Amino acid sequence: MNLQTLAFILTVAIQSSASVLFATIGEIFAERGGVLNLGVEGMMLMGALSGFATAYLTQSLALGLLAAMAVSGLLALIHGVFAITLGANQVVCGLSLAILGIGLSSFLGRPLVGKVTVRFSAWPIPILSDLPVLGPVLFAQVPPIYLGYVLVPAAWWVLFHTRAGLNLRAVGENPAAANTAGIGVAATRYTWTLCGGMLAGLGGAYLSLAYTPGWRENMSSGQGWIAIAMVIFALWNPWRAALGTLLFGLVNALQFTLEARQISLLPSYLLRMLPYLFTILILVLTTRSTGSRKRSAAPASLGIPFEGEG
Amino acid sequence: MMRLRLERRPVPPRANRWGGYGVAVVAAFCMGGVVFLLAGANPFAAYAAMANGVFGSLDDLAEVVVKAIPLVLCGLAVAVAAKIRLWNVGGEGQLVLGGIGASAVALFLAPRLPASGVLPLMLVAAFLTGGLWALLAGLLKAKLAVNEILTTLMLNYVAILWLEHLYFGPWRDPMGMGFPGTAMFPDAARLPRLLGTRIHFGIVLGLTAAVLLLAALSRTRWGYEMRVIGESPKAAQYAGMPINRTILWAMFLSGGLAGLAGMGEASGIHYRLQQGLAVGYGYTGIIVAALARLHPGGIVLAALFIAGILVGGEQLQTVMHLPASVGLVLEATLLFFVLGSDYFSQYRICRRTPTP
Repeated sequence: MNLQTLAFILTVAIQSSASVLFATIGEIFAERGGVLNLGVEGMMLMGALSGFATAYLTQSLALGLLAAMAVSGLLALIHGVFAITLGANQVVCGLSLAILGIGLSSFLGRPLVGKVTVRFSAWPIPILSDLPVLGPVLFAQVPPIYLGYVLVPAAWWVLFHTRAGLNLRAVGENPAAANTAGIGVAATRYTWTLCGGMLAGLGGAYLSLAYTPGWRENMSSGQGWIAIAMVIFALWNPWRAALGTLLFGLVNALQFTLEARQISLLPSYLLRMLPYLFTILILVLTTRSTGSRKRSAAPASLGIPFEGEG
Repeated sequence: MMRLRLERRPVPPRANRWGGYGVAVVAAFCMGGVVFLLAGANPFAAYAAMANGVFGSLDDLAEVVVKAIPLVLCGLAVAVAAKIRLWNVGGEGQLVLGGIGASAVALFLAPRLPASGVLPLMLVAAFLTGGLWALLAGLLKAKLAVNEILTTLMLNYVAILWLEHLYFGPWRDPMGMGFPGTAMFPDAARLPRLLGTRIHFGIVLGLTAAVLLLAALSRTRWGYEMRVIGESPKAAQYAGMPINRTILWAMFLSGGLAGLAGMGEASGIHYRLQQGLAVGYGYTGIIVAALARLHPGGIVLAALFIAGILVGGEQLQTVMHLPASVGLVLEATLLFFVLGSDYFSQYRICRRTPTP
């Protein structure tokens, strides 16, 4: 394999990991506060649809991203009402949200199938993109990917070096204690669940406006679920999330490259199973390597409603 | 001055539950109306078309039962696992595997078997393949504590890709003029249909499974252990119950039931393995089980209701050219409202005079 091929694979790896990265960071935020939102797939699809629809109507990519974040944020709030205020089973209402998003996007999106509109184009950063090999790989991408570069350290910094992040983690680890310390448990959970939904929407809009421009039914093809698995691999840490989603991107890029060059290393149906098998493998390895430590990595109150307030 | 306040009560009365369902259905259909408006359709016309699609003729009503068959089996599949707090979200993949297992028997073994042996063997094959597919996730859960929601889900995608590979590739009918599907099953491999409708023998499988499950859960040692493990895993551990073994059995049983649904579709409806096998019954089974609060009898009722919505949705597609996926929207909204009514039926409104 020559350097050019390697650069190509890395470029595709980054491109195909961005949507999962956004959704994973979003889910980390929600779960750090103790809210398990399994509706990511639905939120991503609604984000992809509303982003594309808005860009189609207004010819504005920025408005598309904003609309995607608003719609998916709203869906996350629905989950919040049931999971936080009503104390419903979070697995059930999360799955329900996923199905709602899948159905709603398919129903409302029908007239937009096959339509074409504005899309993000590559935006090489001067000087940086001239670096040998890594320059074009890292710095000749579409703008949302640069957003991803910023998001990872930003999310880490917010989680571990700000008051807001400390409060969030406190709420996730021990809501009763956080409540006693005067932190609004419900308000904190709502805020970060909303944030998580907005990021899932951003991930969806990246798909429909940049990665595979256009709207297709179920275009996220399970990436929302993969994001939830990535959160476990990431041990709820944004840096590990970046690593995990990049590995996922590499698997995708490998599949893509082999298929495009018709290298029959594996039959194509096996190639297309790779991302899903890889996700299972990563879950197994994470659980094996951390063993009992995993229990301390997961927020202690994950999935458990808090009733002590009010 | 008197004020009203909400007071929590220990056990919600049964009447509230049924009332809650009623309110939830009305609310869900109202929300559905909003969705129709968003899509630029007249909600009244749309619901009229759906109702006509369900109640228009006896054949339409029979179609509701036809769709309820896989939903009962997939709903029971979800319920078996959920009784011990396992979330088998992989009904879709297990259904597909069951279909593949049954088809393998129908296509390759049927010519060498006595005719009366084909269907029973298909049944066993479907149960085994579906069950083993779920058992993969069960083993990972029991031995390594890997999250079963995610593994079962990922296995859905794998199963569907494998199915496509089979009917596009090695199992494709050489006489099929390029049709993506296997050859038609021989007569001995087709489930009998009842009353001159499309309702097939799968209905007997579904109802039997529901009754057996109900009996097993309430009257056997296994059912007792399931209940204890589900309600209090710690107590079960202290009592020395075989938690891991119960997890494995529950997952196997769960996948097996979904596998039977796959056999019903392949050998009761399509008579071959083809694209229409994975149409979401596995996912809808989750909604059915949740609506029924995991009760086998309730699952039969919920499956019929949801099947009605699905049949109505298909009618909508033919008559008004609106996507049938409105069925998913209505299902999910309904479940949300039922969850909401659960919350409110825990409370009662009572008067109180404020203390000074």
